[in-house]
Amino acid sequence: MNVKKYMAMGLSLALATSMTACSDSDNDNDKNDKKSSSKNDTYEYQVTVTNITHNQPFSPLAVVLHDNSETLWALGEASTTSLEILAESGNAMPLLDDADLAGAYDTELGDGVVPPGEMVTLDIESDAYDEMSLSVVSMLVNTNDAFTGKQGIDVSALEIGDSLQMNLPVYDAGTEANNELAGSIPGPADGGVGYSDVRDDTNVVSMHPGVVSMADGYTDSVLDSSHRFDSPVAKLVITRTQ
Amino acid sequence: MRLKSILKTSALPLLLASSFTQAQMLDIEISNLTHGMFFTPLLVSSHGESLHLFESGETASDELKILAEGGDTTSLSVATTALGAINLENPAAGVLAPSASVAITDFDTMSNDRLSIAAMLLPTNDGFVGLDSWAIPETAGTYTIYLNAYDAGSEVNNELVLDGSGAVGTLGIPANPGANGGSAGTGVTTTESNEMIHIHRGNVGDTNNMGGVSDVDSRIHRWLNPVAKVVVTVK
Repeated sequence: MNVKKYMAMGLSLALATSMTACSDSDNDNDKNDKKSSSKNDTYEYQVTVTNITHNQPFSPLAVVLHDNSETLWALGEASTTSLEILAESGNAMPLLDDADLAGAYDTELGDGVVPPGEMVTLDIESDAYDEMSLSVVSMLVNTNDAFTGKQGIDVSALEIGDSLQMNLPVYDAGTEANNELAGSIPGPADGGVGYSDVRDDTNVVSMHPGVVSMADGYTDSVLDSSHRFDSPVAKLVITRTQ
Repeated sequence: MRLKSILKTSALPLLLASSFTQAQMLDIEISNLTHGMFFTPLLVSSHGESLHLFESGETASDELKILAEGGDTTSLSVATTALGAINLENPAAGVLAPSASVAITDFDTMSNDRLSIAAMLLPTNDGFVGLDSWAIPETAGTYTIYLNAYDAGSEVNNELVLDGSGAVGTLGIPANPGANGGSAGTGVTTTESNEMIHIHRGNVGDTNNMGGVSDVDSRIHRWLNPVAKVVVTVK
């Protein structure tokens, strides 16, 4: 289900059903130039992310299938507003809207939060293109602005039944100071505010330094020892199913 | 550092046998992946397979201590150049800030088939980012390497910023380029139990800018490995 469909479902089940019925062709018109002349198959990938943190639930997983040029973030560069919203609040819909506008073949969004120790599986599909890259992204919700993900994974060479597996690091969006203060963290550790358009940190994407927590002497922190993490924070498995 | 090992007679024929028939020309992009740690001027070194700038589990050489405690690459560069290394010092023209990158083009390694990198991490006492003798591929292409943060094991990690402490044997962190930490701390520890080169345990820090145990900020000056990304293009 792509973002448009997800949003439509909230408005009207009938509309969502009709959009799903035509989902196989909804991206065809502007992508013919990138189509492989020798392949006309549908490519379908099963994407599974396992949360391997101790107590950092993941926001609903976002998956994007796109060409080799599309990016969701860049290390050392400022976050887009939609990435900031994802990293601070867990809401991936603006990010997926941006991805659609940038020409993604398909976008998918998970139904709910992925608790520690659990996994989520989404299917994403596209017509055949020479360039086939896959990106995943999700917020660690008991943080100010940490997210995990991987972008630009080349899945074009995967045969049906083949899998890729990798561990995912944890990034810092650089848009909100890692102050760990009450009211600033949207996850169950706090229940605070998610997105704010104030940027009071480095304003560039970096690897995350980890959280400190009250257990490590930061008495103003709302986080406890259970919310600490190290890298990697997730396991990703991509299997081509069609 | 096993500077002496390159002088072993057995190493010489091995080096010659494995050396490239052609010079290797590299493009190298080095990115600081951390959220709040600076790299001092980088030493990028190509050399033979018997030479190491550092090795985990070994004692730091005097030259490496100068780099890891004070950020000065000169001694290590001079010592390794004398043993056949081709070095590039300070490609970023100063410190490499958190999340910043530097691109090096056309680094000619001649017949040297190993690549090493080192730079001090600030603010730390003797932490450094390092690449130890990576075998340069003979096949042209683009290769990505992630680097970890090491502790030279040569200075106690008291986490106190002190002018002049970049000198070997003078305890303290010589500088905090971000000017975003504290002062007047009491010191995190007075002992260093592992005096070999090892993976850095990370800064402790605190959130007290006028005292506490540490002069670094636990919310800013911690990191998780890897701390650097290196993209090498073999031409």
